[in-house]
Amino acid sequence: MKSEEVLSKLLPIFHDVFDDPTIVLQRETTAADVEGWDSLAQINLIVAIEQAFKISFSFNDLKGLNTVGDMLDLIARKAA
Amino acid sequence: MIKDLAYPFDPHLILRTKKSIRRKLLEGNTFLDKRVAILGGSTTGEVKDLIELFLLDGGIRPAFYESDYNRYYEDALFPSEELIRFAPEIVYIHTTTSNLAFRHGLDDAEPVIEQNLQEEFSRYKEIWDHLTSRFSCAVVQNNFELPDYRILGNLDSYELHGKTRFINELNRLFSEHARTSRNLYLHDINYLSAWLGLERWYDKQFWYAYKYAMGYAAIPYLAHSVAAVMLAIYGRSRKCLVLDLDNTLWGGVIGDDGLTGIEIGKETPAAEAYSGFQQYVKDLKSRGVLLAVNSKNDEVIAREGFSHPDSVLALSDFSAFQANWQPKHENIREIALSLNVGIDSLVFADDNPLERDIVERYAPEVGVPVLGDNVCKYVEVLDKCLLFEPAALSSDDLQRSLFYAQDSGRKQQQSRFDSYDDFLQSLGMVAEIRRFAPEYLERITQLTNKTNQFNLTTKRYTYAEIKAVAERGTQIAIYGRLEDRFGDNGLVSAMIGAVKGDELHLELWLMSCRVLKRGMEHAMMNSLADEARSAGVKSLIGYYYPTSKNGMVSDLFDDLGFENMARNEQGESVWRCALATYRALTHHIEVKQ
Repeated sequence: MKSEEVLSKLLPIFHDVFDDPTIVLQRETTAADVEGWDSLAQINLIVAIEQAFKISFSFNDLKGLNTVGDMLDLIARKAA
Repeated sequence: MIKDLAYPFDPHLILRTKKSIRRKLLEGNTFLDKRVAILGGSTTGEVKDLIELFLLDGGIRPAFYESDYNRYYEDALFPSEELIRFAPEIVYIHTTTSNLAFRHGLDDAEPVIEQNLQEEFSRYKEIWDHLTSRFSCAVVQNNFELPDYRILGNLDSYELHGKTRFINELNRLFSEHARTSRNLYLHDINYLSAWLGLERWYDKQFWYAYKYAMGYAAIPYLAHSVAAVMLAIYGRSRKCLVLDLDNTLWGGVIGDDGLTGIEIGKETPAAEAYSGFQQYVKDLKSRGVLLAVNSKNDEVIAREGFSHPDSVLALSDFSAFQANWQPKHENIREIALSLNVGIDSLVFADDNPLERDIVERYAPEVGVPVLGDNVCKYVEVLDKCLLFEPAALSSDDLQRSLFYAQDSGRKQQQSRFDSYDDFLQSLGMVAEIRRFAPEYLERITQLTNKTNQFNLTTKRYTYAEIKAVAERGTQIAIYGRLEDRFGDNGLVSAMIGAVKGDELHLELWLMSCRVLKRGMEHAMMNSLADEARSAGVKSLIGYYYPTSKNGMVSDLFDDLGFENMARNEQGESVWRCALATYRALTHHIEVKQ
């Protein structure tokens, strides 16, 4: 799956989870850039992503997810 | 009610959009504020967020205290400064089978296992006792779900060393204790997980990654069920089930198919299914839920449906009957009026999605479960939406339909008298007005939590608080029961006044709507004045705090001859009456002290 394609599906998930349609995502965006992106929201993101892309993550996949770029790459790889 | 929170749940949708659901729930509604502490034996973050949604949907706006991870025992026994300041009104102990130690080995003898069981039980009992004596709060406690694996296979459920057996025994100890303990409410996680299926319940990845004791998909069901218990404690459960007829209570359209054409009874699978649903509805009625009909039909034809020889429900089971061609949301309003209950205490069951939609849109306070159009699912939907959740079973609940039936008898009587006084006189009313007595504390607590209209301060009490009022000597607290020749209305009124110097401050005065306009408020006030006088009180101080529902008593103190002392911008007012000049109020009730 192409990165732009992943991003177009990922963005609405962020809008829903944070109830904020103005969020814009860049590859270098991190949890510190989005208000309310705490560990609880992280779980919501992960589960929503698994559901939307019909993939499931292993413990290893979830390590080192520091930026939106990491997320995009992981999804692109799993959903290939 | 918000559609996204209707059973059966879409866990992914709820969890993904919980923030916007919350925002919508908070828009323009009025809420009862409650302080809820969650003491968890596993992660509670998501559990808390979703309990909040379901409480908001039921009219309670919670403030939360959340214990640190797995600190439930420490927080209960040695509450932090923060918890003490928070002063919870409800504490939810979210423990699960993951919190059980199962210390015994396969070589341990029976006494060791028995001792482990008792120790485990005592640990929880200690928690409940500490919390209720410290905070006078209600405690909601999970029992235990069955384990995710069984070392002993099927033997696990009955062999002495089995974990399954241990859990079942512990659950039995919990039930026995809860049955006699007034502030403890069990949340039956054991049933809930069985209903959902343990396979769906457990999610080991979710456990190892985030320490949630159940999977993501189970959390909305858990939160919904816990919130239902809390709403029930505060009298927020619904009281009346409003039913459509054609294709809801029987198969077919009686206006077209005729009495012999409708499906009910044992002739076909569908007929049996409709009988099964009628039996469920009848069972609800027998435990105190009122029934009403709301059908687009000719009234005579609609009534005829219950004369079918196989009908489980009889016409006399219904407290209100609206069969006509009016829009259903208008009928619903009339049903609420005729039963004297708030429209938010109704639940509407109809197989037609269009009718459900109209009621949802024009009477949004009504609970509208997604009944569907498959009769085999009706019982499940009504049962699992938990809208009629009872906190306890009081004898008044069991008799409630009778009270309402008697009430319509009274309304018919009324038209045959020249004056209203004549009518009241003819009722032969006898009241018992006395100080709070132990056998009535449960009913009084229930009334303080569900009486909205004739309620001057709308102060809500837990059982423990009412008990404290009854036992403490500093308050004058009286209840009133009312009987008449149509029957016993049960305990219908309560007043609590705090003695301060030579003044009595009325903290609570409420009366059930089923005895409105009968003079009972006069009888109560007279009795309170007598009690106050003999306690050396010189004046009564009354308070009125307006809510969206208690407008009917805004002028009550004025009508009773109290003098207005203060009124603020919110319309809250304070009233005084000097006992030296108090004249007994007139009524037609014989009062037994």
